[in-house]
Amino acid sequence: MERPARAPIAHALVIGAGIAGMQAALDIANSGYPVTLVEKLPSIGGRMAQLSETFPTLDCAQCILTPRTVEVGRHPNIHLITYAEVEDIQGEPGHFRARIRRRAAGVRWDICTGCGACIEKCPTRVPSDFDMGLGRRKAIYTLSPQAVPNKPVIDKEHCRYFTQGKCRVCEKVCPTGAIAYDQEDELLEIEAGAIILATGYELYDVTRLGEYGAGQVPDVISGLAFERLLSASGPTAGKIRRPSDGREPKEVVFVQCAGSRDPEKAMPYCSTICCMYTAKHAMLYRHRVPDGQAYVFYIDIRTAGRRYEEFLQRAVEEDRVLYLRGKVSRIFRDGEKVVVWGADTLSGQQVEIAADMVVLATAIVPRPETRRLAEMLGIEVDAHGFLREANPNLAPVSTCRPGVFIAGTAVGPRDIPETVAQASAAAAKVLSLFARWQLEPEVEYAGQS
Amino acid sequence: MRYFYFPGCTLETKAVGFNRSAKEAAGALGVELVTLPEWNCCGATFPLSTDNVLDLAGPARNLVSTAEAGGDTLAVACATCFNVLRRTNHFLRKHPDTLEKLNAFLERPQPYAGQVEVRHLLDIFVHDVGLEAIRRRAVPGLGGLRVAAYYGCMLLRPADEIALDDPERPGIMDALLAALGAEVVDYPHRGECCGAYLTVKSPEASMPMSYRILSAAGRAGAQVLATACPLCQFNLDWLQARLRQQYASYQPLPVMYFTQLMGLAFGLDPAGYGFEQHYVDPRPALAQAGVLGGIRSP
Amino acid sequence: MRVTISVEQVRSEWVRRIEEVSGQDVMACYHCGKCSAGCPAAEAMDLLPNQIIRLVQLGQVERALESQTIWYCAACQTCYARCPKGVDLPRLMEALRELAMQKRGDHLEIARLDVQALAEFPQQAFIAGFRKYTT
Repeated sequence: MERPARAPIAHALVIGAGIAGMQAALDIANSGYPVTLVEKLPSIGGRMAQLSETFPTLDCAQCILTPRTVEVGRHPNIHLITYAEVEDIQGEPGHFRARIRRRAAGVRWDICTGCGACIEKCPTRVPSDFDMGLGRRKAIYTLSPQAVPNKPVIDKEHCRYFTQGKCRVCEKVCPTGAIAYDQEDELLEIEAGAIILATGYELYDVTRLGEYGAGQVPDVISGLAFERLLSASGPTAGKIRRPSDGREPKEVVFVQCAGSRDPEKAMPYCSTICCMYTAKHAMLYRHRVPDGQAYVFYIDIRTAGRRYEEFLQRAVEEDRVLYLRGKVSRIFRDGEKVVVWGADTLSGQQVEIAADMVVLATAIVPRPETRRLAEMLGIEVDAHGFLREANPNLAPVSTCRPGVFIAGTAVGPRDIPETVAQASAAAAKVLSLFARWQLEPEVEYAGQS
Repeated sequence: MRYFYFPGCTLETKAVGFNRSAKEAAGALGVELVTLPEWNCCGATFPLSTDNVLDLAGPARNLVSTAEAGGDTLAVACATCFNVLRRTNHFLRKHPDTLEKLNAFLERPQPYAGQVEVRHLLDIFVHDVGLEAIRRRAVPGLGGLRVAAYYGCMLLRPADEIALDDPERPGIMDALLAALGAEVVDYPHRGECCGAYLTVKSPEASMPMSYRILSAAGRAGAQVLATACPLCQFNLDWLQARLRQQYASYQPLPVMYFTQLMGLAFGLDPAGYGFEQHYVDPRPALAQAGVLGGIRSP
Repeated sequence: MRVTISVEQVRSEWVRRIEEVSGQDVMACYHCGKCSAGCPAAEAMDLLPNQIIRLVQLGQVERALESQTIWYCAACQTCYARCPKGVDLPRLMEALRELAMQKRGDHLEIARLDVQALAEFPQQAFIAGFRKYTT
């Protein structure tokens, strides 16, 4: 390979600002190197920002996350670009050039103070993706009150001004004149020596689970939606209310492996986190609704993590969660009830529960954009679209391409501790490259990984 | 539109009303059903063991006959016959060795190559005629008669072989009935099994299965339940006398063939539709809904 | 009662025959229980459908053949439609029925059926019933 004329650039590009991307960015930035952190959503924190409490400690997710998001937001070595996507990456290790499209927020963030007056006065309400459709947000919005950056964006698909040509309420109430309807997307070019992909996951499309109601039964929700119900900053302020009529559900069924471990119809792999978060859900539900009953249908319970088994046993013994060993076959609405047809294979009986609400532990699947980024970078994905490690045993955060590293759920389903450990590992890989480049700027970097 | 038509044993005997209404309803829509010459029994169940090649010969022979008569489609009204014929065809297309064996066994001038398409009348009505044409033809219509569409097993599963509708959320019969002017009720057990041939061995086994379907349709407000399968029709209809004994609050629900409802919606004379042969007479419900004109139940 | 599990039993000729006749790999089943959860005829069964597969996996074919479950499978395909491992359980049940009848003769004695009721049945019910319950 022809050696570039210039020394490699000790600047990292981290794509995705969930807990993985933030951790990696902080580790690199705290070592004194500059990082560009790109996030698709208007603010950082990723999936963890949607969670209520974390297993097995039951820490408030928002409380342990906020110091991190704030640190990322203020870090002098982190150039944070949110509401943006990487459109193209050229170059080679040591000299990547990325083109980043920052979407027009419709708000001049340089003069916006984040006072929230625009959000308060906006007359349009739409279902909130962040709240998994259970809550509503305005057409000018931030993801949460703790958003970093705490600057709003205009949802042009729903904004009255953009759809009907009139309104302009946000513009009128903005004290600094930051509303800029005619703002255009901005194209940024950045150079980086190394890249970390931490693009996270999404949930298996519930409409493909026909036997579980195909998303048509309002009181059948995903585990992530249940997180929003549990969350103090969620649409119900932490009260358990079912979507159909807002009533407190007295019997809740949790269904594990909804789309996981199903090579025939859905995803063949285990989504790994559902056993633990389902135990957490059932436990927290019982804390919120002391006279309620939680049932969990499972195939196997996998609690392979430190203090995980103890956590599960607590759910069963202290919170009296009834575990039923059998995969649910069918869920349907019958009047005000959601009927669950399952089996308890331990007693050899078919069972039916007329529940008030059902929570599906839907499979974790990779984001489609992960595949696109992988193609752009010339790295591999597996059959499902998860990023492929250079070696799953010995190089779990490296890829087949030097200078490109991976972390978090974009590589496969994993929990927060593993994600964070992996992110730090990916950061260490980048830092070792940077350190080497500093010591030996002439070195052939391409062989390193 | 002209198709070869496979009536099947039951439609020629116990379910003549289904046969007649199917042909007449098709005719009203400009669909000519030409009875397949020399048709034979489909076998009534698709053979499920791998060493049972000979049981495929019966249904296969009908496919061969269709091809020999120059047909590319075999239209079927009976859901069970449809299922058996369609699965047989699917199997033969996937297993050329078995097809070869059967061709040798059947000794017909032209070996069968899997070219015939087995289609259910619902498919032909909804996709070839179209819902809009059916809606236009549906005079006087069903006048808001509340109907529960029941699909059972045979129209839905196995989905990759039958490929008529979504097995978990079927809708093709609902769409047809709605186009006829029915008010289609929503109930959860459209695709649950009625008990099928278990009734022969033990009606007690079929009873809870049929009860589940009928009671759910009843709770949803259905005045009649519509089916495309003579065995489902029989189980769901015949077992109701026992259900009334077993469940005090059980309310009878007439079980009709969807083609009978088509005939009524099109204003055809239902004289040969065999309503009098139903165990739960549908006529009072139909009369009450004003669908049967001046006809009153005895 | 403690049952003995041995290589002779687990790899018995009976298991091989059932796999051959059904065309199914019984080891594909990981016992999620979804078949048992959705079976519409389970009420009449003495063992759940997944327990039948388990018996075959254990090589306890005789116990599977003694179970009433195989005679109450209506081949409705609900289990197969939802099986995450694509196990065609109706085919397995058919193989067990065939084997049971080979060993013990027909399951249904036509002479003992309720003649009055039979007169009411549609043709396809007989044909299907006789094909499932007799050889």
